[in-house]
Amino acid sequence: MNQQITTPLVELEDISIAFGGIRAVDGASIDLYPGEVVGLLGHNGAGKSTLIKILSGAYKRDSGEIRIDGQDATINNPRDAKAYGIETIYQTLAVADNVDAAANLFLGRELTTALGTLDDVAMEAKAREVMGRLNPNFRRFKEPVKALSGGQRQSVAIARAILFNARILIMDEPTAALGPQETAQVGDLIKQLKSEGIGIFLISHDIHDVFDLADRVCVMKNGQVVGTAKTSDVTKDEVLGMIIMGKCPPGATPGPGAMRI
Amino acid sequence: MAEENAISNSNSPTLVVGTPIRRFMSATELDTRLLGMVGALALIWIGFHFLSGGLFLTPRNLWNLSVQTASVSIMATGMVLVIVTRNIDLSVGSMLGFIAMLMGVMQAEILPGMLGFGHPAIWMLTLAYGLILGILIGGMQGVIIAYLKVPAFIVTLGGMLVWRGAAWWATSGRTVAPLDVNFRLLGGGPGGAVGYTISWLLAGVACIAIAVYLLYSRRQRRRFNFPQRPVWAEAILAALGFGVVIGAVLVFNAYPWPVRIAETYAQANGIPVPEGGLFISHGIAIPVLVAIAVGVIMTFVATRTRFGRYVFAMGGNPEAAELAGINTRWVTVKIFMLMGALVAIAASISSARLNASTNAMGTLDELFVIAAAVIGGTSLSGGVGTIVGAMIGALVMQSLQSGMVLMGLDSPLQSIVVGIVLVFAVWLDTLYRNRAQ
Repeated sequence: MNQQITTPLVELEDISIAFGGIRAVDGASIDLYPGEVVGLLGHNGAGKSTLIKILSGAYKRDSGEIRIDGQDATINNPRDAKAYGIETIYQTLAVADNVDAAANLFLGRELTTALGTLDDVAMEAKAREVMGRLNPNFRRFKEPVKALSGGQRQSVAIARAILFNARILIMDEPTAALGPQETAQVGDLIKQLKSEGIGIFLISHDIHDVFDLADRVCVMKNGQVVGTAKTSDVTKDEVLGMIIMGKCPPGATPGPGAMRI
Repeated sequence: MAEENAISNSNSPTLVVGTPIRRFMSATELDTRLLGMVGALALIWIGFHFLSGGLFLTPRNLWNLSVQTASVSIMATGMVLVIVTRNIDLSVGSMLGFIAMLMGVMQAEILPGMLGFGHPAIWMLTLAYGLILGILIGGMQGVIIAYLKVPAFIVTLGGMLVWRGAAWWATSGRTVAPLDVNFRLLGGGPGGAVGYTISWLLAGVACIAIAVYLLYSRRQRRRFNFPQRPVWAEAILAALGFGVVIGAVLVFNAYPWPVRIAETYAQANGIPVPEGGLFISHGIAIPVLVAIAVGVIMTFVATRTRFGRYVFAMGGNPEAAELAGINTRWVTVKIFMLMGALVAIAASISSARLNASTNAMGTLDELFVIAAAVIGGTSLSGGVGTIVGAMIGALVMQSLQSGMVLMGLDSPLQSIVVGIVLVFAVWLDTLYRNRAQ
């Protein structure tokens, strides 16, 4: 559609990283446009999480380019990524268990009073507001996060990502720990964020989580991109074929990892 | 109006249910753990009072106890942050010896040559010198731990040997004494206490501060329509705070200067000595004031600053803290720098109290400091701990020591008892935590 006109929000080009001789990500390229949801699929160990951790600054790439809004971006650590408006919800949730929800939401970006001290009251007020939008049943603001259920912890992690006007949101297995109702809530949330023009990477090893929400899917296998396709051009079975065998269907653009026939 | 809103707020965490005791605890939001420790301390005090034939709960002993606790409790406040981030500092005792030795040389041998003996700037320059040394040493160990990734246990174990050796080497094992006249006041003693009037003035300031703090937090909660504590609970908290402050000052003021010193002082100042001797109150000792100030500042740092928040977040989940964009390495270095500065303050107090710097000073202090932090509820697995708890922990340790001395227990037995109490206290704490989960 208008994807030819606008510059991509994010372009990852020819990214590689190796851990002790194992090429976890090998020449992967992927892009993301504003208001678009891209599903990043593949088996466990296919390199999805590693690729995305390069974008979020948790790992440093060995080679390749990252461009944000068409400009070369320097991302060496999570702080750099956040400065570009990249927010990540990790599979492990990455919350500090021993502090409360508000402290987690603002971790690394605390609100302070005029004297430079923590403004806990203001942070809690803001946390109540955001959490009220995400998960109206959430009441346990004073308790350390470790006392919360999986779904509640998930809402804390999501609230933290959307609190600071993210432009690029990365969700690594966002529904892995959730029940059906909470999964549906996350789905609604993704649609809402998408309509606000936020670009979203959804990472999953389960195609059913992603297919209906995503505009495009990108499949990885053994650290390489098998192919990229609009979800309207391929079927679930074809995508499964990409995930399992690396077979690229006619509706998809093949990548370096596609099976050669 | 705002008050009503706040109380009717449906998100109220203070559910008023259960027995009167539970209701009281939830309304006052007092920490049960902390109360348990205060209770244990009270038991220890009363127990020793009877076992020692009424020697423990006397102004004289309590005053001495407060001075003896100062040094370890100051270091324990820093050790809390170190342990909360899943590190350890075994070098504090040796560091204390080394810094005290260098400060001793500075004030007794170098500065007097430049400024003349008893110059009023000597103590300040010496203290600043000690603080800089402490920050440098702590920072260096912190850099090795955070950036070179050598485990804290090893780095500070090495530090323990290095600084003890360095303290010895600095003066070839010679004891440096006497120290500067003004510097000595940091160690307590009749001159190193602020006296009757100033003690009461300080008590007044402390009471006002408590009242202002309670009012301020009440206003803050009202600003955002958060649930408030009931007024009676606030009143009880205020009364408790005032009670502790006033009680402490009453005790400290009830301890008079030794007769001989009071007479000398009276003669020097031309005061007539009344029948039955002159009663000059010690008041609060300067090292105790320093320790209280350190405790207040450290509590503020730990709970009200970004740095403190990061320390606890790192302790809870280091990976999450890193991913949240916290520069965890630099925070670690800062923790060890802070620890070094606190060791320097403790070194000043210890050496001033002894009026000398010796190369054995601070031996085994690291273990007392760690024990104080752990008895005070700091979890060795990280993420949990309070400054107040550690300071009370230091008081518990010192009370045990001092009580056993008053009872006339042999010193090998003293070590045995302290060791057993440490293990027992941590076991109790484990039970408490398991139940709380």
